[in-house]
Amino acid sequence: MELFTNQVLAGIATGAIYACMALAVVMIYQAIDHLNFAQGEMAMFSTFISWQLMQWGVPYWGAFAITLALSFIGGIAIERILFKPLAKAPVLTNVAGFIALFAIINSSAGLIWDFTIKQYPTPFGSSPFLGSQLISTHQAGMIGVTVLLLLGLYFFFQYTRIGLAMRAAASVPESARLVGINTSWMIALGWGMATAIGAIAGMLIAPVVFLEPNMMGGVLIYGFAAAVLGGLTSPFGAVVGGFLVGIFENLAGTYIPGVGNELKLPIALALIISVLVVKPAGLFGRHIVKRV
Amino acid sequence: MTTLLNVKDLRAYYGQVQALHGLTFSLNEGSLTTLLGANGAGKTTTLRAICNMVRSTGGIEFDGKPLNNRSTESIVRYGIAHVPQGRGTFTTMTVEENLQLGAITRKDNAGIVSDIERMYAHFPVLKQRHTQQAGTLSGGEQQMLAVARALMLRPRLMLLDEPSFGLAPLVVRDLFGILGKINREDKVSILVVEQNAQLALELADQAYVIETGRIVMSGNAKDIANNEEIRKSYLGY
Repeated sequence: MELFTNQVLAGIATGAIYACMALAVVMIYQAIDHLNFAQGEMAMFSTFISWQLMQWGVPYWGAFAITLALSFIGGIAIERILFKPLAKAPVLTNVAGFIALFAIINSSAGLIWDFTIKQYPTPFGSSPFLGSQLISTHQAGMIGVTVLLLLGLYFFFQYTRIGLAMRAAASVPESARLVGINTSWMIALGWGMATAIGAIAGMLIAPVVFLEPNMMGGVLIYGFAAAVLGGLTSPFGAVVGGFLVGIFENLAGTYIPGVGNELKLPIALALIISVLVVKPAGLFGRHIVKRV
Repeated sequence: MTTLLNVKDLRAYYGQVQALHGLTFSLNEGSLTTLLGANGAGKTTTLRAICNMVRSTGGIEFDGKPLNNRSTESIVRYGIAHVPQGRGTFTTMTVEENLQLGAITRKDNAGIVSDIERMYAHFPVLKQRHTQQAGTLSGGEQQMLAVARALMLRPRLMLLDEPSFGLAPLVVRDLFGILGKINREDKVSILVVEQNAQLALELADQAYVIETGRIVMSGNAKDIANNEEIRKSYLGY
């Protein structure tokens, strides 16, 4: 039983990171109808920035805050420079844009900070949480920060005018313009926020997977899986999907014979495919009917 | 009487296809003007051109200020509320959120709150459903919501694109009654595009008839309604 609880809690901790990545992916998907393949690389780059700041002597939470601000601005800049001009371009042009962004960020990080694996600090420490062997303080910190982030986002979108405007711009852009919302800037704002959310995910997972340019590859695949599982049209679904994928991944690795650490990923993806066969829009997604 | 909207030699294009061929018309402050015409005559395009949602040339002046080359979202800030064809409901949001979105450019929170109450007085059904997702409303209720959303801007001019479309005759009567009341009591000028010419002419004071992107007839709504020849050849009733 203790093993089970332990695995579930550990799953919730990594699931929190998947939830953040899924949420970032869904936010951009809602705004521009494309999957951001470079979301993980953007998060990795943000994490490197925070690491660099700490190398220069900035304390952890200072580096954390500065990185969030820089990521927010960086996300807006990427949208303005690269994806705004592609807004009316065909899907494949956008896909090429995302792949280019992926490659550019990945190699720039390698060029600036090289590809060796680096230690990344945790502000929470890694002792047992509240004296219990079930979960470490860092894992508890991952969960705590994510929950705070999700609550903050919920209040932002539900109770602020700008949050309302962003939701309107994403759901019916033409009507949003007709009530006076600058939808183009709402998309940019969405990019900024998604990039900052990704940065949080990167900084929280870096002590676990270690810092290097390819650190987010696996995390992003789980994040995509979570987003698809929950439904790409539902931020709430993406978050639930993140936690489910995290828990399932851990339980499969522990309890299904012969799976272990190596086969966790394919097993998790197989689960997702089975869900999608039954519910193609994901667990919480809406079916989108398009007139042709 | 002052001219609120002045449209001069308006030409609009969808890609290579020209949809409007030099439309000239005007709307007086406080009037309820209707644009009539058959399917494909260019009525919707005219409204879309006013809000810069379609490529156009020619002069559009609102209260003496040119609107050309302004973005759709900035034109709203002049006090022009556009209720698009199909109503443009934010279907995944609640009725109340739809109303708040209508006032998203306003800063006077107290005024917004009291205006929402005013809308609920105009349209009691919206109050009953204020926490409901707008997409679950019936067609008539959604049209009421669309009008209420537009009024939340406290507009000087409201553009309505076929408000009667898809509604039961009784609901249309109701809606048009409310539009007349808004026009008289709240002093909102209204430009309404309609295929239901009979009803629109009863309501309006001024009328224009469009055919294939040109104005072919204009005048007092009563005169047009009473002129059998015009009615038969252009309005089909």
